[in-house]
Amino acid sequence: MTLILTLASRNLFHDRVRLIATVVGIVFSIVLVTVQLGVFLSFERMVTTMIDHAQADFWIVPAETKSFEESSLLAGRERLQALSIDGVTAAIPVVVGYASWRKPNGGASTPVLVVGAPTTSAGLQPWNMVEGSVDDLSMPDGVAIDRSYFEQLGIAQIRGRAEINNQKARVVAVTNGIRSFTTTPHVFASLERARAYLGVPPNRANYYIVRIAPNANAAVVRSQLAASMSDSEVLTSEEFRHRTRVFWLFDTGAGAALLGSAILGIIVGTIIVAQTLYSSTKDHLKEFATLRAIGSSRMYILKVILAQALISAVVGFSIAAAIDLALVKMTSDAALPIVMTPELTVGLFGLTVMMCAIAAIAAIRVVTRIDPVLVFAQ
Amino acid sequence: MTQTMIEATEIAMALGEGAGRVDALKGINLSLAGGELTLLMGPSGSGKTTLLSVLGCMLSPTSGTVQIRGHSTTGLNAEQLAELRRDNVGFVFQSYHLFPTLTAAENVRLALDVRGERSPLARVKADKALATVGLSHKANAFPRALSGGEQQRVAVARAIVGDASVILADEPTAALDSENGQAVMTVLAEIAKDPARAMFIVTHDPRIMPFADRILRIEDGRIVSDQRRGANLRAVPTLKYAS
Repeated sequence: MTLILTLASRNLFHDRVRLIATVVGIVFSIVLVTVQLGVFLSFERMVTTMIDHAQADFWIVPAETKSFEESSLLAGRERLQALSIDGVTAAIPVVVGYASWRKPNGGASTPVLVVGAPTTSAGLQPWNMVEGSVDDLSMPDGVAIDRSYFEQLGIAQIRGRAEINNQKARVVAVTNGIRSFTTTPHVFASLERARAYLGVPPNRANYYIVRIAPNANAAVVRSQLAASMSDSEVLTSEEFRHRTRVFWLFDTGAGAALLGSAILGIIVGTIIVAQTLYSSTKDHLKEFATLRAIGSSRMYILKVILAQALISAVVGFSIAAAIDLALVKMTSDAALPIVMTPELTVGLFGLTVMMCAIAAIAAIRVVTRIDPVLVFAQ
Repeated sequence: MTQTMIEATEIAMALGEGAGRVDALKGINLSLAGGELTLLMGPSGSGKTTLLSVLGCMLSPTSGTVQIRGHSTTGLNAEQLAELRRDNVGFVFQSYHLFPTLTAAENVRLALDVRGERSPLARVKADKALATVGLSHKANAFPRALSGGEQQRVAVARAIVGDASVILADEPTAALDSENGQAVMTVLAEIAKDPARAMFIVTHDPRIMPFADRILRIEDGRIVSDQRRGANLRAVPTLKYAS
């Protein structure tokens, strides 16, 4: 076995203060990047949660719709136009809109996002029900909310009462884990109740969820749907997701801010590691000159430096990953939990290695210019 | 019949430029044979270390040629010179230059590692080299646990482990007391008996003169005397350091 790893690791662990500085730099950087990217991923998932849980082959949406939450009303004729096309088995209306939730006992109002769809057809219905059922939404004034919003909405338990836009509402079903990425809770209702709360006329809707027969040609159906619509668009779920993500992540600047912070973390980490590796190399200059004097190639010395960078990366990443896992656990019930996927973990390790390799460049520049005659200097 | 290990012809070396230019070596002709321990003595600034650097392929001379076992250094780049050093030259430095984080055995093995020798045989060679300098029992000791003399003997083991045909030593006893200096020189003199090796030592230390087969004196970049053991070496009048 080569002595390169031995030399690199002992050089690192010999100077513990510098090693700690290096590792702290890496840990700081990677934890910051993980938090930002984890929140970004979480945000990316949460903004499309309604679309993800809808059973749609296509969505008919008002022209220039930017996101699920920000939508105008369709004209109303689209449903019949869709149903008249061969292969379309259902066009399920969905109503979405912001409303004011007044807490019981005369408390203050809070904004909510009302989502309404027929309770009898599987288009978009609340999921993860822990109390009550979808069918209960057809009860008078029935709505479903997530239990994590009980306190915010002033509800103590199921069957609690409130007002939505000055109309009665009664919690008849409770979900678990349907959280909004904003501070505005979701409130599920039947299509009729939602229309009433939001003042949407009968036969009007924000979206139609189109379902097609299993043997239908999706491309043909979509083409015919698009041709029959004038002030609306036909999107696949993936297209609608993409549009929603772009709006929330980039048009609002929220995603750019997260990515910007992540990039800043990488830069700061790289600079810290570069500085410590560089000063370590300077301190070991005579040793590297000795290596050169006894005939080592430049590549051998480069491998020692890169091995030092790699070992720093592995140690730093291991600690950062442990902290990240703790953060993931701590934020699992938060409005915007940090998400850690296997892909993100692998990517972050690659990023750590790359960061340390880039940080080694300054040190490498020093050793490639080293003069073996240095060994004669006293 | 002894074999010539290094042949230097008309070596000149200028350091610096313009008004700061110094002619450190001026037409050095030198041949080092296997089985011979040669001392190079001279005052500070006379060109000893510069000559050692040129012979050791660390510096390329301004003019003249150096051949190591028939391989000319002329026109070689830094990597090619390093390769020539790796295969032919072993160094012993005044301040040892051992790696403080490696054990004695690892320090010795490093000279093989840079040559790509990483098999178990490399460990055997390193152990053998340490045995040659009488430090088998200190194989796992780190340099900080060794005396100066022991550290220098580890450095000698590192220099010989790769079967270098030339051992170049820069003031190997300067940092040692009399006893340790004697021990190191005894080891070096024993190694120098090998006809496959030439030993060239730069020194100020007159105490090591009895070990020499040949003594060169350099002044102002020129070899001014060249005495061999057969020519009453101890009584060379030009050697100011002789005791």
